[in-house]
Amino acid sequence: MLELKHISVDVAGEDGEKGILKNVNLTVDDGKFVVITGPNGGGKSTLAKVVAGINPPTEGQIFFDGQDITGLGITERAKLGISFAFQQPVRFKGITVRDMVELAAGEKIEEEQLCGYLRDVGLCAKDYIDREINASLSGGEIKRIEIAMVMARKTRLTIFDEPEAGIDLWSFNNLIDVFQRMRREIRGSIVIISHQERILGIADEIVVLSGGVITAHGPRDEILPTLLGDDKCQFCPKLEEA
Amino acid sequence: MKNITQQLLGLVSDLFGAPDGAYNIREDGACAGRQSTDQIEITPKMGKPGIDILIKPGTQGENVYIPACVTHSDVDDLVYNDFYVGENADVTIIAGCGVHTEGEESSQHNGIHRFFLQKGAHVRYVEKHIGIGEGTGKRIINPQTYIEIAEGGSLEMDTVQMKGVDSTRRVTRGKLAAGSRLLIKEKIMTHGDQTAETDFEVELDGDGSGVDLISRSVAKGRSHQVFRSKIYGNCACTGHSECDAIIMDHGVVSAIPELTANHVDAALIHEAAIGKIAGEQITKLMTLGLTEEEAEAKIIEGFLK
Repeated sequence: MLELKHISVDVAGEDGEKGILKNVNLTVDDGKFVVITGPNGGGKSTLAKVVAGINPPTEGQIFFDGQDITGLGITERAKLGISFAFQQPVRFKGITVRDMVELAAGEKIEEEQLCGYLRDVGLCAKDYIDREINASLSGGEIKRIEIAMVMARKTRLTIFDEPEAGIDLWSFNNLIDVFQRMRREIRGSIVIISHQERILGIADEIVVLSGGVITAHGPRDEILPTLLGDDKCQFCPKLEEA
Repeated sequence: MKNITQQLLGLVSDLFGAPDGAYNIREDGACAGRQSTDQIEITPKMGKPGIDILIKPGTQGENVYIPACVTHSDVDDLVYNDFYVGENADVTIIAGCGVHTEGEESSQHNGIHRFFLQKGAHVRYVEKHIGIGEGTGKRIINPQTYIEIAEGGSLEMDTVQMKGVDSTRRVTRGKLAAGSRLLIKEKIMTHGDQTAETDFEVELDGDGSGVDLISRSVAKGRSHQVFRSKIYGNCACTGHSECDAIIMDHGVVSAIPELTANHVDAALIHEAAIGKIAGEQITKLMTLGLTEEEAEAKIIEGFLK
């Protein structure tokens, strides 16, 4: 179980301190599939990075399975069982897809299993295993490899930051299948930051984060209709006025 | 053959015991073993140190080993090795040099290798340099490589210096005739107070010739590296050089490329990137459970692979 208690993140801006997250309280229960959505700049990615240990909070505490992990670094949290798929995956000269998936799995893995992970994310495995994760991969390819990596980790909490970004519509159905399989096979919690209706549609719970605060949190059936019910964007006051 | 020579041979050419095929093993300036084959003749030079390696036209798939080892301090070794590669031969040449010092005096190996490739010949040239030993004496390796490739020939050079070499000046010159290709991949890691200087100069003289110089290096500690490359395009040709370096601690890397197009159809490119390891690369590997130090080591291992 993941618990965020009174989490705030401030950054120095031109006009003094600016709050990216403001007193956020959130609990993700074991085995839940939670989608965090909301407007750009609302603090979603920052929230994910706070959980992974990449961004330290200015205030507040983070508990993972009852343990206070606020003071722990990225590595320690990863070892405790937190995975994080980046919105913009990182490229490495000389490190291959096989290297990275094996690093993620924490051990050498059989080629068949490696191919399985890549197939699951819609990549023809044989073409990719020995490819370097460098600039020669397209945005969509590297994004899928990023997802394959966290799948190989099989941790108790997996966070995806906009997994759909850069993935073409053709492959998107595949991605939905991947998430559904993950929730069946891995008895852990999944947190996905997404704007995609199809992803929202398979959530147990939906969290709306806007302006650094949680404006709604509840079961999908309760929250989703409020997000889709209006043609106008509910997050954009200017449109409302128009 | 001394134990240290055997250890060095393993490090520089993955050799354990005498190799199959043609070889010449040099130990502290003298010959520690030599063998020719039907296709490849190795003969000592007259009047100066070194050997001539004659590879007959059409030789296919043979290896030539010519490692050189310096086993103790206070050795100043100079050697001239000339390779004559016959038409349409296709061979692999494994050179490499290991220097061991146990005392205060420096030791050095200066290997001057010249390659003359006849029409259609193909050579893969593998060269690894390493320094070992507890001595404070400097381990110095200065390789010079001169390459002339006739029409349609090609040479691929893989040159690696991983550790322990205190000072190196690596000079490579190439002269390419029509339709010939030269590919050089260089990998260097320096640490402590080491210095490494690379100096490439290639003349593209024949239409359709092409050169690709790719250098990847890591400079740690207070080490200092200089990468110089000059490519002259004298005809319709392609030239590309690339210097990609990671600096750590107080390491310093200079890249000084020079391209000269003496012909309107010469297409020449240089790329250089020098910087520390990107923070996001370390962060990514840490999210997979590696410590910061493990992440750095992994990134460098991949970069120099």
